[in-house]
Amino acid sequence: MIIGLSHYLTLAAILFTLGIFGIFLNRKNVIVILMSIELMLLAVNINLVSFSTFLNDLVGQVFALFVLTVAAGEAAIGLAILVVYFRTRGSIAVEDINLMKG
Amino acid sequence: MTSLGAADLVPVIPELFLATAGMALLMLGVFRGDGSTRFVSTLSVLSLAIAFLLLGLLPEGRTEAFAGMFVTDAFAVFVKSLVLLGSALTIVMSSAYIRSERMERFEFPVLVLFATLGMMMMVSANDLMSLYLGLELQSLALYVLAAFKRESTRATEAGLKYFVLGALSSGMLLYGCSLIYGFAGTTSFPLIAGLFAGGVEVSIGLIVGIVFLTAGLAFKVSAVPFHMWTPDVYEGAPTAVTAFFAVAPKIAALGLFVRAMIAPFGELADEWRQIIVLLSVASIALGAVAAIGQSNIKRLMAYSSIGHVGYALIGLAAGTQQGVRGVLIYLAIYLAMNVGAFAVILSMRVKNGMVERIEDLGGLAQSRPMMAAAMAIFMFSLAGIPPLAGFFAKFYVLAAAIDAGLYALAVIGVIGSVVGAYYYLRIIKIMYIDPQAEPLEKPMHRELGVVLTVSALFTLLFFAYPAPLLAGAEAAAASLLSP
Repeated sequence: MIIGLSHYLTLAAILFTLGIFGIFLNRKNVIVILMSIELMLLAVNINLVSFSTFLNDLVGQVFALFVLTVAAGEAAIGLAILVVYFRTRGSIAVEDINLMKG
Repeated sequence: MTSLGAADLVPVIPELFLATAGMALLMLGVFRGDGSTRFVSTLSVLSLAIAFLLLGLLPEGRTEAFAGMFVTDAFAVFVKSLVLLGSALTIVMSSAYIRSERMERFEFPVLVLFATLGMMMMVSANDLMSLYLGLELQSLALYVLAAFKRESTRATEAGLKYFVLGALSSGMLLYGCSLIYGFAGTTSFPLIAGLFAGGVEVSIGLIVGIVFLTAGLAFKVSAVPFHMWTPDVYEGAPTAVTAFFAVAPKIAALGLFVRAMIAPFGELADEWRQIIVLLSVASIALGAVAAIGQSNIKRLMAYSSIGHVGYALIGLAAGTQQGVRGVLIYLAIYLAMNVGAFAVILSMRVKNGMVERIEDLGGLAQSRPMMAAAMAIFMFSLAGIPPLAGFFAKFYVLAAAIDAGLYALAVIGVIGSVVGAYYYLRIIKIMYIDPQAEPLEKPMHRELGVVLTVSALFTLLFFAYPAPLLAGAEAAAASLLSP
């Protein structure tokens, strides 16, 4: 079987959906949410790189590099906010994030 | 690949200046410590003012930089002026607040500066890549600002919620970008627009990409059904930060929304119009109904801002030059009304600290008649009662919707405005009729008083001399629709 563009796109779509479900269905731990966010961004990278290969166009790979960079910064800030939150609240369980309704 | 000459950087000069100023002020703060916060704040406002001047000195017309990834036109200049104004006013208004709330750290103005830089980048985005990078530069700074009062559980919770949902929205936006890139073969707005010029068949992948992009942008402007972070973040974040969130990022995100829909996908307006109409109707309805039961004034302002985003989106749904002009006028007037309302909220202080229940405004008319009058002006204006500025804001977008044949949308807008008037008028009733609550501490900080007076005068007297704003918005809309 030849692996074509649609296989890559399907893989990326599945990973992306897993990421979204990881954010909404997860009731345990905020760290899992951070991992889900990374999963979503990596799914996008698969998309970008496979499109870039199949289009013979470098822009997608440059875009993927930017996404990687921003994802690193985003993870750093997310973990920093999580540490600050843990200091004041003493827990990072998702069901404890409920001081304000919504 | 052409080499990068100094002349290519001319359109980016305000951003380059702001980036340099931000980094310099960061160094200054690091070396001089938290005692220098007031100094850094003053210099930040000065930098924003200089960036504003540089913006005015840019050559007129459409200029591009960075191989077409960054564009400066009248639209970008108009929205950037509003953003700079909003950010500068926030720093001015927050200086007293951050001192009294013991969050006076020099990072505060610097973060506002970097967020503003991100907003300016995204308003000028002419490529999916620069759109994403500008948006993230803004968002990353805003996540930190939301959690800035790090010993407060509510603020850190607000920061965490904002971060999680903001990152989710960035992910959706990015997924949309990747699909658009794949199915259009390019990330550049003009090249994407060129694909549709002949009225060709649009692939389904591209439509899915546009839907994801719209969803991500709707998150950032907090349009229903992507609004759930807004009330919590507005309530939990320190009030000065809420004042910032309600103004500059919202204006920038709406500017970006308009550009990202019109510049590359203007020919496909019939395809995306239904999405925007849906977002707009849902936002207006929720903004009008959900705010009624609120007791916290920051939460109420959050629902109010959701409703106002709905009205601004009416102009985008029209998709015409008149519609875009309506959005821009709306944003300018929204800036004045919200800055003024938050100046009042920022001075809601009793002996034991800040208060933020609506009942705490009780009897304000007796204890602080001028402040109550100003607040009444803002509330009447937010409700859209003529002849205040808020009425004209709504008038121009609704007129555009009617001209574009969106009659149902216009009717829903008017109904939403009538329903929404209830909770604005309730605040006025509390201030003028209800018994005196614990009187607010006097005097109001001088800078808050100045901001309050100026924005109240603008809101009150806009109808007398609207020509400059109308002309500016007209030129900006024209530059976007017929570059």
